[in-house]
Amino acid sequence: MRFDTSPAPHVIAGYTVPRVMFQVLLALAPAGIAHVALFGPGLLLQLSVACVTALLAEAAALRWRGRDAAPALRDGSVLVTAFLLAFSIPPLLPWWLGALGTALAVLLGKHVFGGLGQNPFNPAMVGYAILLVAFPAEMTRWPVPMDVDGTRTWSELARMSFAGFCGADLAARWDGYTGATALDSIRNGLGLRYTLPELLARGDIAGTFGARGFAWINLAALAGGLYLVSRRIVRWHIPVAVLGGLLVPSFIAHGLDPGIALGPTLQAFSGATMLTAFFIATDPVSAATSDRGRLWYGAGIGLIAWIIRTWGGYPDGCAFAVLLMNLAVPFIDRYTVPRIYGRQP
Amino acid sequence: MAARSRFPAGLALDTHKQQACGTPIVELALPAQVVLALDQGTGYGAEPVVAVGAAVAMGTLVARTDHPFASALHAPLAGTVVAIETRAAAVAGGRSVCIVIAGDGSDRVDDGVTPVPDADALSPDELAQRLRAAGIAGLGGAGFPTATKLASARDRRAQTLLLNGAECEPWICCDDALMRSAADDVVLGALILRRAAGAVRCVIAIEDDKPAAIAAVTGAIGRRRDDALTLEVIPAVYPQGAERQLVTTVTGVEVPSGGLPADAGVICQNVATAAAVARWATSGEPLLSRVVTVTGSGVERPCNVRAPIGTPLAALIAASGGYRGTPLRLIAGGSMTGRALPSDEVGLTKAMNCVFVATRDDIGARLGAVELPCIRCGDCASVCPAGLLPQQLHRAALADAHDALRDLGVRDCIDCGLCDYVCPSQIPLADRFRDAKRRLDEAAATAQKAADARQRHELHMRRLQEAATAEHRAFEDVRRRVRQPGDDPTDGAD
Amino acid sequence: MSTDAVVMAVLVAAALAVTLGVALGWAASRIEPDADSLVERIDALLPQTQCGQCRYPGCRPYAAAIAAGAAEIDRCPPGGAATVRALAALLDRPPRPLDPAFGGPKPARVAWIDEERCIGCARCLPACPVDAIVGAPRQMHTVIAAQCTGCELCLPPCPVDCIELRPVPAVSLRYRQPRAA
Repeated sequence: MRFDTSPAPHVIAGYTVPRVMFQVLLALAPAGIAHVALFGPGLLLQLSVACVTALLAEAAALRWRGRDAAPALRDGSVLVTAFLLAFSIPPLLPWWLGALGTALAVLLGKHVFGGLGQNPFNPAMVGYAILLVAFPAEMTRWPVPMDVDGTRTWSELARMSFAGFCGADLAARWDGYTGATALDSIRNGLGLRYTLPELLARGDIAGTFGARGFAWINLAALAGGLYLVSRRIVRWHIPVAVLGGLLVPSFIAHGLDPGIALGPTLQAFSGATMLTAFFIATDPVSAATSDRGRLWYGAGIGLIAWIIRTWGGYPDGCAFAVLLMNLAVPFIDRYTVPRIYGRQP
Repeated sequence: MAARSRFPAGLALDTHKQQACGTPIVELALPAQVVLALDQGTGYGAEPVVAVGAAVAMGTLVARTDHPFASALHAPLAGTVVAIETRAAAVAGGRSVCIVIAGDGSDRVDDGVTPVPDADALSPDELAQRLRAAGIAGLGGAGFPTATKLASARDRRAQTLLLNGAECEPWICCDDALMRSAADDVVLGALILRRAAGAVRCVIAIEDDKPAAIAAVTGAIGRRRDDALTLEVIPAVYPQGAERQLVTTVTGVEVPSGGLPADAGVICQNVATAAAVARWATSGEPLLSRVVTVTGSGVERPCNVRAPIGTPLAALIAASGGYRGTPLRLIAGGSMTGRALPSDEVGLTKAMNCVFVATRDDIGARLGAVELPCIRCGDCASVCPAGLLPQQLHRAALADAHDALRDLGVRDCIDCGLCDYVCPSQIPLADRFRDAKRRLDEAAATAQKAADARQRHELHMRRLQEAATAEHRAFEDVRRRVRQPGDDPTDGAD
Repeated sequence: MSTDAVVMAVLVAAALAVTLGVALGWAASRIEPDADSLVERIDALLPQTQCGQCRYPGCRPYAAAIAAGAAEIDRCPPGGAATVRALAALLDRPPRPLDPAFGGPKPARVAWIDEERCIGCARCLPACPVDAIVGAPRQMHTVIAAQCTGCELCLPPCPVDCIELRPVPAVSLRYRQPRAA
């Protein structure tokens, strides 16, 4: 009898990239539900345009590069990019901006470097950063969330989301329904010499444990992130380090000056904190390699995000923090090679 | 009592041991013919001392060797040598010269096989000599001659004999079966090996998923009343039974990179080797047979079989009820590190602890694997028992960057296959690293040859030059002598 | 803007240019590449077959010629494309294909003497650049295969054409796969 003589090992666990990516998408579901419940269905519109654009851009890029598009489209990684971008942008964004950001994320963020596994930067954050720099007004206009007061209904939010998605002038009909995010409002308020307790007492910024609206999304993202950690899709190092890098300095600063420095709870449950810690910073392709390196990488993201939130020109610095630390990855990797068994440290 | 795994990472795998472990060890009837490969799995062969047509009895020496990495071979049955030729074998390269012996059905035993009454009186050196002559080699999977390991342990004054009963690789359970049925042999062999190695203590390490073996060995140790003989129950984590990892789990000391366990004061031997030593000490029988697991979805009745060395694998599979379904791979060893063999005509070697007949049910995931680019997820690094960064190594291997491969420790890779096992991009990492090691070896051999050639060329040129200078000097001498009689050779014509 | 500022800027820029120029010139003279070590480094990349296909009498003379700029890096067929690439990387030149004028790449081979036909003339002994042929006048000669570089220089002197080149015998590298028991 003749047999095939392939090399060992003969058994593998059968983990696949599509399965990993699918788990990530699944873990985003709670945050998505919270998002839709509080800010209206805009997220779903953004998701659909982002996914379609991402798949088209991926297929086009692979064609231009002379590769077979089918396996790459099935691996699901481009959908994760689309989801992360759609979660980051405001749900009122006109569809062409969402499409532009996604196309840039896939083409400039991923394929110019050689596609899956080769990109030094997180593609979704490349798209987000370009949009934020190029269209600052559109990129900072969010719906006022449902839980700020009871006067708005979800159906009104839905109609406004459609209007925004189609590019209607929102200021004309929906003034008062849109506004800055909580972090943005705090920044503006502090700029006008209000103190933090005064701003928080206003009621439209902070909820019971974080920023209005965003607190629930962050909580849901935290739940999804913990699911990923429990399934070992994501290892704990980066999320813990990101939160540590952000919360430890904010705890110290808040203790020193509670009048202007945001406390750790507010930091943790506003803006894109949890999304960054569990979903964006953990993109393995653009993150550091070793466990120790990932701690440095995550801590750097948290610290830079805190610095930008405290002194920078943008209300939430998570995207820039991720991109800056992406730049530092080769350096981190070089100095955090783990000790090999049997070798001197 | 249970120790922790103290090497980096590792992974608990599906062990699939229950398939073969339910029944007692099957004693195989003597096969009609045995195929003894001169190379028993180490890459080095013994030299035949019999000719075709020679009559042999059980235990007759048929191949001897002085090489430290090869082991002597004895006829496992009485009969006639019918061929000495190159055949397929379960060794690197797939072929070895084999001695084929046809049995005559009798149970004649060679006159040289007599009990060793004085095993306790022999000096460590004499013991090692006798074990070498008996052809005893590591039965755990490497087939490395036991006497050579004993010598290196004595050279380095290793204090601890570590008996490896971990058997961490999935599907294999021959050591488990042996420990359950012959724990006293294992312990007797351990004591002899401890003395032969010059060690002061002996630790038998067994994974905690073998409670019956642990109980049997505990009982056998209790009957010995020897304080320097202990049992260590270790966690069932793959690759716990790999020599370096086992040393670290039991002693807490790491084997230096590029060194031997003896450099950490430990000599490792397999429990089955110890049992073979005990068999030799009590009956004088050289290594003629071993226990091997025959398992996988491709055989009818998975079981453990005691079979003569050289038994064609087809006979082993027949003893297990024959093939079932569509066997796709015939693997010598377990699912993680076993070598896939081209045919079932090869003979059982000393190093072969398992015959794994795999069908699509067992290896479907590997067969259906589609390689995608590395996404740097780091799962490989989080399981690597050598603390390597397989994803970085893979980049270096693809680029054939020899310096990077060396710095990242491709030589420290123990080829356990775990990185492959977990990789979501399904990259055949272990095989890439094997290939990279081979290319490093080739490059080193080429560089060495170039350096030798350069040196020889320099010497060659110097010699030619010296010869030319000497010739020139000789010529000048002659000319001077010719010139001497007359002052001016031009007007010498008178 | 006042004239003073313009003059000042021009002066500063000029001073900077002069200072840096002097520093660079000094550095260039101090850190001049060592010609000998360059020859060594080139030689280390050559395959040491000593075959002379590059028209130089050995690898080191060819290395010296490359270092001196007298020869291109594309003259070494035994080294093949890999050697050209390594040389190009060392010398920071673009890699180029082998010049076919110096022969094409061949598989690795070693000389073999048909001992039936060898008359023991000993003419091949001095021709071998690495002394890989053993023999003496009127004695049979043989090639030490492990030391033969396959340079073919022993072929022309043989009066009976009893030397031929044969494929390198397969060398098992004895890589032993460590195992988990």
